Amino acid sequence: MNTVIEARGLGKRYGRRWALADCTLAVPAGRVVGLVGPNGAGKTTLLQLAAGLLAPDSGTISVLGGRPASTPAQIARVGFVAQDAPVYAGLSIAGHLRMGGWLSPGWDSELAARRISRLGLDLRQRAGSLSGGQRAQLALTLATAKRPDLLLLDEPVASLDPLARREFLQDLMETVAEQQVSVVLSSHLISDIERVCDYLIVLVASRVRVAGETEELVATHHRLSGPRRDPRSLPASWDVIEESHAGKQSVLLVRTQAPVLDPAWTVRPVSLEDLVLAYMSRPGDATRARRPGLEVAS
Amino acid sequence: MIRFTWFRFRTQALVAAGVLAALAVVLLVTGIRLADAYDAAVAACKPHGDCASALRHFPSSGYLAAGNGMHLLVIAVPCVLGMFWGAPLAAREFETGTFRLAWTQGSTRTRWLAVKLAVAGTASMAVAGLLSRRTVPAMAVTLAIFAAVVWFAFPAWVRPHLLPPAQATVPLSTGSVDGFEFTSPDQRALFVETAPPDIPGAWILSAQLTTPDGRPVSTVPATGACGPNAPGNSCQAYVLSLHLRQEVTYQPASRYWPLQWYETGIYLALAFALGGLCLWWIRPGRFAGLDVRHRTSPPAPALQSSP
Repeated sequence: MNTVIEARGLGKRYGRRWALADCTLAVPAGRVVGLVGPNGAGKTTLLQLAAGLLAPDSGTISVLGGRPASTPAQIARVGFVAQDAPVYAGLSIAGHLRMGGWLSPGWDSELAARRISRLGLDLRQRAGSLSGGQRAQLALTLATAKRPDLLLLDEPVASLDPLARREFLQDLMETVAEQQVSVVLSSHLISDIERVCDYLIVLVASRVRVAGETEELVATHHRLSGPRRDPRSLPASWDVIEESHAGKQSVLLVRTQAPVLDPAWTVRPVSLEDLVLAYMSRPGDATRARRPGLEVAS
Repeated sequence: MIRFTWFRFRTQALVAAGVLAALAVVLLVTGIRLADAYDAAVAACKPHGDCASALRHFPSSGYLAAGNGMHLLVIAVPCVLGMFWGAPLAAREFETGTFRLAWTQGSTRTRWLAVKLAVAGTASMAVAGLLSRRTVPAMAVTLAIFAAVVWFAFPAWVRPHLLPPAQATVPLSTGSVDGFEFTSPDQRALFVETAPPDIPGAWILSAQLTTPDGRPVSTVPATGACGPNAPGNSCQAYVLSLHLRQEVTYQPASRYWPLQWYETGIYLALAFALGGLCLWWIRPGRFAGLDVRHRTSPPAPALQSSP
């Protein structure tokens, strides 16, 4: 697998608190990767480490084969839109585009101008007077017009209303289709991830809980309900993500490559959102070994 | 980065340059008039041969000179520039989060700061902004450090020793005796209040009263000449008859410019050192202590899915 980001034992500390600890992951190239996880999972820290805004306190991270932000060339290859899409409030849109031309070696001024006019923005308008959606679009324009190989977006739509969110993601999709760029997008809105991402990484407490193509993930996970079973009697090839046993019934969420043929089970498909939530609420590796299936009193 | 920094900084830089230019014109005109007036005064007093006393009160009035608030301006302007240019230089970008834009758009952070420091040229004051990462505290720190260093510490402890001061021993003159005071109830010791001797243009650091053989004294034995019933200036005549001296430590007027240059050099060196500290502070490997999370942003909403 060709990777754009590779992290090994990556850690980042703020004072005594580890925002990210011992994180190991690989992000494939040529994909739109959704990075999901609860607050505090380390998504923002991971993206800032990848953008070179932070330096790791432990472990290593390589982005497009190089150390993040080590050289101007490396910076030019990675586009980054930080959370809340910071722009210079006192500077006009035209000023921002000019800044892009001055700072980014591979700046595509035509692309930038085309995007701004497509968005219907006035070049003379100050960035401080833009709406949240427009500001995010401006930040995305700055990041894409430098023609990066990798685009990192940290919660790009978190503060946008549903319409602005859809427009932003639509626009992102078009950009990706045009530019052949790899994208890593963090979000806690699974519906957004579902709309644009073809690869999913669920990060909980610095650990990758599950990673894979979204289609494949949805295809290999099933919700099963049937007569109560002893968890130990389930097929060994099943990875039980979630289980609840209430009264005479067992309800499971399992991952398995093979089709479920046992007629005792009622098999239903799983939505991406259910799948992500199941992985996020699943106890970590260390605790799972000790903990039996969740018992619900009836 | 140079063009962008200038692009953002140009309005305030041009305004400041305009104000400074106007001030320079005022000073130039004043300077020329002062020089003319000085020449006229010297020409007037030469025939009498007593220029020293005539020039003591020069310039009489009507000039924008040291006594007219000019020195306040000279002290305040660098401080104000530091507060409003230097401190926000980095602090504003940290505060608004735009450093994330600048650092990822194409310029390395080292270059980002180096250019900022060079263009604004107020390196020392940016330290405060870099260390606190908040604009208003940075401005306050700028004021505090500037006041402490430039207004107090430097004049009191550093400036007098930039050049070894000159020494002179002069006889105590009538003009240097300010008054007398008995220091003990039995009126046997007399304290002599002295003013520093008059050395034109000199910066007097200290003046110590001594006996003719060089022993430092502050009191002399009292006699009837200084008693309550003695005539008007008999006490002064008595004190002068002791042939006391003043040992003066001072920086002569000729050292004014050397001292200015030394001080400028020291501030420049400090500015470069602090600029270096700033670059060291943000160097890529050493950004660990800096929590670059956007502190003003509201907490993100919990995990949810839109309908």
